[in-house]
Amino acid sequence: MSAQTDAFPQPRPAPLSKDPVPLSKGSDTVHDAEPLRIVPVRRTGQWAAAVAVLVLLALALSSVIRNGAFQWDVVGDYFTTASVLRGLGLTLWLTALVMVLGFALGTLLAVLRLSTNRVLQVVSWGYVWLFRSTPILVQLLFWFNIGALYPQILGVRTVNLLGPVTVAVIGLTLHEAAYAAEVVRGGILSVERGQIEAAQSLGLGAWRRLRRIVLPQAMRSIVPPAGNMLIGTLKGTSIVSVIAVQDLLYSVQLVYHRTYQVIPLLLVATLWYVAVTSLLSIGQHCIERHYARGTAGAR
Amino acid sequence: MSSTTKDTTTDSPDVMVEIRAVHKSFGTLEVLRGIDLSVRAGEVTVVLGPSGSGKSTLLRTINHLEKVDHGWISFDGTLVGYRRDGNKLYELREREVLRQRTRIGFVFQNFNLFPHLTVLENIIEAPVSALRRPRKDAVAAAEKLLARVGLADKAGVYPKQLSGGQQQRVAIARALALEPKLLLFDEPTSALDPELVGEVLDVIKDLARGGTTMIVVTHEIGFAREVADTVVFMDEGRIVEQGAPADVLDRPDNPRTRAFLSKVL
Repeated sequence: MSAQTDAFPQPRPAPLSKDPVPLSKGSDTVHDAEPLRIVPVRRTGQWAAAVAVLVLLALALSSVIRNGAFQWDVVGDYFTTASVLRGLGLTLWLTALVMVLGFALGTLLAVLRLSTNRVLQVVSWGYVWLFRSTPILVQLLFWFNIGALYPQILGVRTVNLLGPVTVAVIGLTLHEAAYAAEVVRGGILSVERGQIEAAQSLGLGAWRRLRRIVLPQAMRSIVPPAGNMLIGTLKGTSIVSVIAVQDLLYSVQLVYHRTYQVIPLLLVATLWYVAVTSLLSIGQHCIERHYARGTAGAR
Repeated sequence: MSSTTKDTTTDSPDVMVEIRAVHKSFGTLEVLRGIDLSVRAGEVTVVLGPSGSGKSTLLRTINHLEKVDHGWISFDGTLVGYRRDGNKLYELREREVLRQRTRIGFVFQNFNLFPHLTVLENIIEAPVSALRRPRKDAVAAAEKLLARVGLADKAGVYPKQLSGGQQQRVAIARALALEPKLLLFDEPTSALDPELVGEVLDVIKDLARGGTTMIVVTHEIGFAREVADTVVFMDEGRIVEQGAPADVLDRPDNPRTRAFLSKVL
């Protein structure tokens, strides 16, 4: 650095006569002994837009705070009541369970799809096709009414065997797995062919190659969409309220059906969803950093 | 390995690799059109030829990364990838193929180091998981190998933090960690900046002097002249000429060899 600044003010040879165009009009600026200051372009329009956006935001915020109909005091009253926290708890463990089971099944489906056996490929493809082609709401109602098709399973009445919560876990997991399969498959395909060949030429077995070489590298492309899916699943579990599973949303609905304070109780649920998804986003950032180790960006 | 495979060794006992009538096609493109080649233990064979002549494919068939369509390859007296019973060749299960591969080291053009593992982890992975060596022994051996390729201080570093030449030296150390009887090099310097080629060739030359059996596919004519016991020239899926470097490189019989050499020299 210092060598450059030292060298700069030294007198330079006069410009070649072949190229007489001056670098700046008027004075011979580049040859001045003074260090030069860089003045960025003023983006007046951008700044005006930024100010306008801030004003609009402030107006919106003040209306939210001053509009009594939001009933922020009611929000505060119910935010940490036992029934809301129970609902939040169910939403959280249901999300975790569906995510873990869904990705376990999804990874299996992805491996089947990438196997060399035609039958396994087609079965895996068919599963993903079927469960992605129907709305989760329809699937959930279908599993809820499975007793109409099979009144008894293993000698037990289906209604007794499959309560609403079990139906919710099964329905959400099967749906999740179809999407997870594609995410995992995309991740595995993103790993260079040469990595697998190197592992093969070193004599590593198929399971070891998958676990030690392919999946850790695939995780770099799996984590961002998986984070998306996790947040989507957290919010998506609210759909189980239609089969009377007491998740976060259903818990506040039970309250407002009684008290008619619809908006403040929806705000209770909203704020909890925002809080949890924010935590999850931070977690995703940390996981991404872990799997980026060994790449140029993570030095 | 069953005893039925032993009868495949035909030549003298010091033949390490024997390739007989090997054909290989990708779709309608015939890449190998009948290859016969013997490599003796302790010798360095350098395979030259224009790109697309099938030299890399040939190298990859030797450790069964590519299956052959016809013909057979034996390594150290055992068929590669197949078991012979009478007139039939039965394809081996993957586990058996993997066991064969642990005795053949392969060095790739693009290094193919595992980017998420450190240099040390790259080297001890195969000894620990494929050969079930105790981790401590594998680490000690890896450190010796790193010293041998001049990278003793890089054990804890990730591959992307190294130059191309250093990465390829790590890849060589990784291949050596299995103590293979044969080393295969697939254009080991083609992906390197010119100023880094020398350091990798020096390591390979050092191994050659140590008596390691190796087959090297390369474009480095000078290296072939200096190190090779046998130079093989391939064109359009066939071996058109082979012999001592002085004969093939300085007095080539075949017009195609002459044409190729006049372009690269």
